[in-house]
Amino acid sequence: MQEENARRVISVIVVNEASVLSRITDLFSGRGYNITSLTVAPIPESRYSRLTIVTSGSIRVIEQITKQLHKLIPVLKVYEHADLVEKEMALVKFPASENITDIASLCAAYNGKIVNVGENVIITMVADEPKRVDNFLKIIMKYNPKEIVRSGAVALER
Amino acid sequence: MQISGAQMVIEALIAEGVDTVFGYPGGAIMNVYDEIYKQTSFKHILTRHEQAAVHAAEGYSKASGKVGVAMITSGPGFTNAVTGLADAYMDSIPLVIISGQVPMSLIGTDAFQEIDAVGISRSCTKHNYLVTDARDLARILKEAFYIAASGRPGPVHVDIPKDVTAQIAEFDYSVELDLETYKPHTKGNPRQIKKAMEAIAKARRPLFYLGGGIINSNAAYEVRELVQKTGIPAVETFMARGTLSHDDELLISMLGMHGSYAANMAMSETDLVIGLGARFDDRVTGKLSEFAKNAGVIHVDIDPASISKLVKADYPIVGDVKNIVNEMLESVSLINPSRYSSWRETIRNFDELHPLTYHEDSERIKPQWVIQRVGELLGDSANISTDVGQHQMWAAQFYPFSRPRQWISSGGLGTMGFGFPAAMGVKVASPEKISINFTGDGSILMNCQELMTAVEKKLPVINIILNNNYLGMVRQWQTLFYDKRHSETDLSVQPNFVKLAEAFGGIGYRVTTKEEFDAALKEAVEKNVVTFIDVVVERLENVMPMVPAGGSLFNMMLLEKKERK
Ligand SMILES: Cc1ncc(C[n+]2csc(CCOP(=O)(O)OP(=O)(O)O)c2C)c(N)n1
Ligand SMILES: [Mg+2]
Repeated sequence: MQEENARRVISVIVVNEASVLSRITDLFSGRGYNITSLTVAPIPESRYSRLTIVTSGSIRVIEQITKQLHKLIPVLKVYEHADLVEKEMALVKFPASENITDIASLCAAYNGKIVNVGENVIITMVADEPKRVDNFLKIIMKYNPKEIVRSGAVALER
Repeated sequence: MQISGAQMVIEALIAEGVDTVFGYPGGAIMNVYDEIYKQTSFKHILTRHEQAAVHAAEGYSKASGKVGVAMITSGPGFTNAVTGLADAYMDSIPLVIISGQVPMSLIGTDAFQEIDAVGISRSCTKHNYLVTDARDLARILKEAFYIAASGRPGPVHVDIPKDVTAQIAEFDYSVELDLETYKPHTKGNPRQIKKAMEAIAKARRPLFYLGGGIINSNAAYEVRELVQKTGIPAVETFMARGTLSHDDELLISMLGMHGSYAANMAMSETDLVIGLGARFDDRVTGKLSEFAKNAGVIHVDIDPASISKLVKADYPIVGDVKNIVNEMLESVSLINPSRYSSWRETIRNFDELHPLTYHEDSERIKPQWVIQRVGELLGDSANISTDVGQHQMWAAQFYPFSRPRQWISSGGLGTMGFGFPAAMGVKVASPEKISINFTGDGSILMNCQELMTAVEKKLPVINIILNNNYLGMVRQWQTLFYDKRHSETDLSVQPNFVKLAEAFGGIGYRVTTKEEFDAALKEAVEKNVVTFIDVVVERLENVMPMVPAGGSLFNMMLLEKKERK
């Protein structure tokens, strides 16, 4: 059945040229589609970049998004993922006064670790499925995180 | 060949076979204008406003089928042109628009007449370019012309900084295009086409739904053959007028908000919609959930994004309408025209019940009469442009169109001010035809400065002003849906249109009777000078039928029954 506003992940391969990113984001805003997250990086040794866009909408809307993306001249391919491996990274800054051992073992459970220890703060990273990252970020609230940054999801079809 | 960027622009236009450029100069584009001065290969038409330059290029393109070209300067020159870009985008008109930009070194500094032109045009063009190196110019211009005209056509904007037009570099227009990411589908899937034809053969009440894509793909004569051989009735969208000839028995009429009763009822009763190059626009469908409710849908379109966007297609066929219709014709023997005779009868009955007509019940000339009269007098010998409003809908309803590209009107954007400059472009493209612009007393004042262009370049457009002293279409909605509160739509205060035309060196008539109208039109055609015919028409006439916005197509407000004309 058609799920209204289900979360979807779309990958877009685009020519790596000036203003290509605005073409994509303009399309989303102009047509009233939302972007939950967007990541972009060049594909090594090619003239293309790969974007991973997390969005939401009915099957109808996603079909339109995919087609409209395809219509943009610098877009080579659009994948609407069904069966995929998806990862996201998060960096979190804690006061150094928090229980570092606890935090470290929590991070380990989410494919992460402490990446920087300063005089006043420690910085940790985790990399996991976006849902699990959500979870992690909920759990660590009790350690009074000072700053959190998420990378947005990247994905590959299985 | 080592030449300047400005010379490259000229060379590219020549290589593309451009014979006319519409434009307006200014600081950032002066290098190119200097080269225009030196060349003799194409003519340049100086409009008196950049918006008009783009509309003229649109009219030229629509009448000729070729890519229209307009040239403008940076900043205000560009922003003035944006309405034209948006108009061409909405109606899929192939244009290449070249604008000057401040020098590269000044971009981003809020320089004099700097505006982020490609940022603005991105959402109203098929594609756009900011040229940062003259060495890219040949490729970019070649791509621009190709992209504008191929696939679903549309405007392409090329923004060129002034220093790039001065830069000397190697120019080779024979560069092969390498557009790995842009490959429009033009051939339809043969299996899908076959299935569609089988569905048509099985249908009881099929209906051709003909759209503007047919005109764009030059497929009207193939479609005529298909309609004739299948015996299936057809409705046309606003954009498709002229696809079938007005005297074709199978043409019902236009459908949609101001479509005929029979056309809208046929669409509501059909069991199979055969959509050819039409996009199920909201002005056509009315309330979507009630649209062709019990029908299967065949949808042929070059733009995959148009298919199943609004109405789910059971037989989606992506490709160029002309190719697909040709392929359909190959298996046309599957279809037995006599199968649909009772369906044709049903439609005839619809048409007899509420024909497309009007009442001659006023002292004043009825606006619809003017359209019909021009049709009687000029018929096929005229190309018809319009502005936007009631007069536009009456023109679409009542003019006897006989060929594709005869009808030039702003459909998607509905741009007042389109008609006159577009009609100039039409005249440039087909000088052998009379160029008529049906306009309103509101619309004509948007771009009436083009009288000057028309006089200077001897473009004898005949502007027929259906003067109701109102912003009539808005007034109609106020009458019907706002309890007659005619807020800011009364145009009782008017210029003297005769003197206005004369002030520029054109000619003007004000007519209040049918005899005067006939005489004025005859004289205007003979004199061959740009003309305003100011026709005093019934003020409070409404365009009927009307499907109120968001209503179901079969729920039409209709002309009150009286003794008919
Ligand atoms: C540029 C622009 N501004 C506003 C509108 C909204 N509008 C649509 S029809 C219309 C009235 C046009 O009046 P007129 O040209 O006299 O034509 P009529 O409807 O009276 O035949 C207006 C204001 C528009 N379509 N385009
Ligand atoms: Mg009016």
